Amino acid sequence: MAVTMVKKQAGLTGNSAVAYAMKQINPDVCAAYPITPSTQIMEDFSSYVADGKVDTELITAESEHSAMSACIGASAAGARVMTATSSQGLALMWEMLYIASGLRLPIVLANVNRALSAPINIHCDHSDSMGARDSGWIQIYSETVQEAYDNLFQAVRIAESEKVLLPVMVCLDGFITSHAIENISLLEDAEVSQFVGGYKAQHPMLDTDNPVTYGAMTLPDSYIIFKHQQSEAIGRAKDVVVEVGKEFGNRFGREYGLMEKYRLDDADVAIVILSSAAGTTKVAVDELRAKGKKVGLLRPRLFRPFPFKEIADALKSIKAVACLDRVDSFSGFGSPLFNEIRSTLYEFEKRPKVINKIFGLGGRDYKVKDAVGVFEELLKIAETGKVETLIKYITL
Amino acid sequence: MSTQAATASVPYKEKKPFDYTSYMRKGKLPHIWCPGCGHGVVMKSLLRAIHATGIDQDNIAMVSGIGCSSRTPGYLDFNTLHTLHGRAIAYATGLKLAKPKLKVIVTTGDGDALAIGGNHFIHACRRNMDMVILVYNNYIYGMTSGQSSPTTPQNMIATTARYGSIEPTFDTCDLAKAAGATFVARGTAYHCQELEKTLYEAIMHKGMAVVDILDSCPTYYGRFNKFKSASEMMEKIEKDGTISVAQAAKMTPEQLQGKLVRGVIHKAERAEYCEEYEKLMEKAQGK
Repeated sequence: MAVTMVKKQAGLTGNSAVAYAMKQINPDVCAAYPITPSTQIMEDFSSYVADGKVDTELITAESEHSAMSACIGASAAGARVMTATSSQGLALMWEMLYIASGLRLPIVLANVNRALSAPINIHCDHSDSMGARDSGWIQIYSETVQEAYDNLFQAVRIAESEKVLLPVMVCLDGFITSHAIENISLLEDAEVSQFVGGYKAQHPMLDTDNPVTYGAMTLPDSYIIFKHQQSEAIGRAKDVVVEVGKEFGNRFGREYGLMEKYRLDDADVAIVILSSAAGTTKVAVDELRAKGKKVGLLRPRLFRPFPFKEIADALKSIKAVACLDRVDSFSGFGSPLFNEIRSTLYEFEKRPKVINKIFGLGGRDYKVKDAVGVFEELLKIAETGKVETLIKYITL
Repeated sequence: MSTQAATASVPYKEKKPFDYTSYMRKGKLPHIWCPGCGHGVVMKSLLRAIHATGIDQDNIAMVSGIGCSSRTPGYLDFNTLHTLHGRAIAYATGLKLAKPKLKVIVTTGDGDALAIGGNHFIHACRRNMDMVILVYNNYIYGMTSGQSSPTTPQNMIATTARYGSIEPTFDTCDLAKAAGATFVARGTAYHCQELEKTLYEAIMHKGMAVVDILDSCPTYYGRFNKFKSASEMMEKIEKDGTISVAQAAKMTPEQLQGKLVRGVIHKAERAEYCEEYEKLMEKAQGK
């Protein structure tokens, strides 16, 4: 459902909120292909295009492969470009994800997290975006509809920052966030245009007086130099995320950082978890705190680049930490959050015990009692110093 | 390796009523198709055609991609493979090469076969591998709520074409014929008895058989384009919008304007891929 009235508050699904944010950003080009559960984003957005509410050129491509290719072409030409997808759609964009980041094109993609086939499943887990975690895209994970909406504006600023110039993926949980209606605060159109500003590409292909080439052949003498520059750029993105989140907070009263800490400062044990499942975990934290147990939560918002220093600082004095991954990095040593966090904490002489739980694949419910169960196990580890099982599936 | 497809050589003869559920996975019912959708009619026509061929159900492999049409194999008790959006034909190609004795039937839709899977579609036609591709053509992406597809007629409304689609369409049959398919036909859910016969011929054909099956999506295409009911869609699009090959032969191009021809449109004989492959293997092995 397209939002036709601008109010300060509106009940919107995650998808409608993302589409509305895109409308307010008014990008030059969107290219997309339908896929559950992100379809509604482009469906709403196509209404804004049809009704003349935006100046965007909408390309209804014949596949996600073509959609991302069109985004790359448009971005290289100098346009501000956005798109949305999920799951297999992101998987079909894979080849181009690396092109977008390698060509340093500030495309913004809303990824509505959904499990990858097979077997086929349309519900939430993070196997799609986590598979793309090394593709050179900045990844921001949103807990709520409000955050997904707010993240879109920040993503544009982060992507287009001269210090960065990289594509950004804003993730929100399929169905749980994309289809749930939440009462959110909307920004005024003028506030959005002031915040995101106009976009002037530094090296547009359409500037025919200053011809440039994108993606030219690089042999062993030069390829690694480009990749090194790209690596430095994504590293710089961390500070830009903080700056942009702060400015957003100053202007609109909702500040965002690299992570959210919930009752963590004096905690003995903590769960680290991404996106909407953090909400469920917070309920468990409150329940156990009421019983005097010192438990807390850390929700990374920025996953790529991984803010290892800040996360290590937040966790180093905790006794036991459980990383809850909504994805299995098959036959790896645990899943992505666990990998990053355990590796990060290795620097410290005295470091927490870290365990990994794989949960909620393909939309399996993750309940308060599941979080409580993990906290109880952590409290036992904190007490005895002994870990029984390092990596384990829960919610089975 | 025998490349003989497991087809019976009996001419088409309508069989006596039989129990459809003997070909179905009853536990998978009820199906997900909307009231008024013709996919169930197509599925029953297909079962009657398969029954008429006498092919053992264990010798049939059905492959599908993603979309409403692609749910068909889930309900049917054959060897079935539910794959990725657009990729059914590619999976089926591998399956047929590995098990050339199986009769391979792909159920796909206009978006699945002609947009995201368009490349596989034309190359499969070019190879002329023994396979049946059934395109359930409802001019829209039904499963994701009605976006325009490569067969959405110009000026018609879709979720992503609020004031009418401006894109020219693919004619599935022209495309298949031009790409090299050796059996090309069109049917509709409305003419379900005729469809049964067409499907029978498609299954019995050796080589690539493509059947474009006009079908209705009252939930999205119908509502967007102000059709009053599913039956009105069937009448206007499938009945009044088509004409049989025999009738079409007597009409002038002007009279045929705006009509789609129904029945077997093209039939040719050409080397079948699996047989050519076997010959090549024999040659390479010096037999």
